[in-house]
Amino acid sequence: MDVGQMRRQWVEYTKSLFMEGFLDSQFEQLQQLQDESNPDFVVEVVSLFFEDSERLLNDLTRALDQPSVDFKLVDSYVHQLKGSSSSIGASRVKNACIAFRNFCEEQNVEGCRRCLQQVKQENLLVKNKLETLFRMEQQIVAAGGSIPNMEQIGF
Amino acid sequence: MEAGFAASSSSKGFMDTGEQPHVLAVDDSLVDRKLIEKLLKNSSCKVTTAENGPRALEVLGLGDHQRNTLDANVSKVNMIITDYCMPGMSGYELLKKIKESSILREVPVVIMSSENVPTRINKCLEEGAQMFMLKPLNQSDIKRLRCQLMNCRS
Repeated sequence: MDVGQMRRQWVEYTKSLFMEGFLDSQFEQLQQLQDESNPDFVVEVVSLFFEDSERLLNDLTRALDQPSVDFKLVDSYVHQLKGSSSSIGASRVKNACIAFRNFCEEQNVEGCRRCLQQVKQENLLVKNKLETLFRMEQQIVAAGGSIPNMEQIGF
Repeated sequence: MEAGFAASSSSKGFMDTGEQPHVLAVDDSLVDRKLIEKLLKNSSCKVTTAENGPRALEVLGLGDHQRNTLDANVSKVNMIITDYCMPGMSGYELLKKIKESSILREVPVVIMSSENVPTRINKCLEEGAQMFMLKPLNQSDIKRLRCQLMNCRS
């Protein structure tokens, strides 16, 4: 595959991530913030997010496993996860957190547990998608190309 | 930059002539700290981050173990932007402490939150917050922020 084909593939893949709702415009913000002084900005922020989300998902699993569930605590974890997912544009994770908070408010344990599974799934999905995207970026750069600018291609 | 934006005599001025404004960004979320830092740096600001209220107060020279005088070693901060929801000291409580300080009360404080709660917003504005911003922040939010604080005419 030549660099041109790799770049086109990257564009198509990125578009699909937006269209399928995995990412929203906040992710574009991150991409636009990346520059020569900070060429790995997106990867760095996204990595921080997944470290954070893994920790929070473990905390949530533990909290929902307790004989008497502390919903205030559960809600505070979900609030944090909703915030950071929103900040990187991980839209489906964010939306799953919004639903989760509703069940916290209702103090519905089963509902919360279902939501936790949902959030875990969405987190894993977007993680895989982004890993694929970043791999494509590495290949483009290794082949001497540059990562396309979504703004420039009018997306 | 127009010379007209030089700090006026009546306020500390968000932008000292020719210097990069120094912003203190306070947020318990590491992801958000990284994001706000980059947003501000891209707008030519010098940035210090703090992960909670007490740490922010230390940076400002108002820490528990510091005397309430302007420490010569404490870098002058031109603006503070803080998250509202933080464990321990909230952004609101931090705002109050800053406004209670005779040295720092003139420094503009901006509150950020992921939740659009009118009573929360009003409470902060009444306590002296310059602006309230909804998260997640983007580049145009930061532009708007700088504009407002420098009394831009757009």
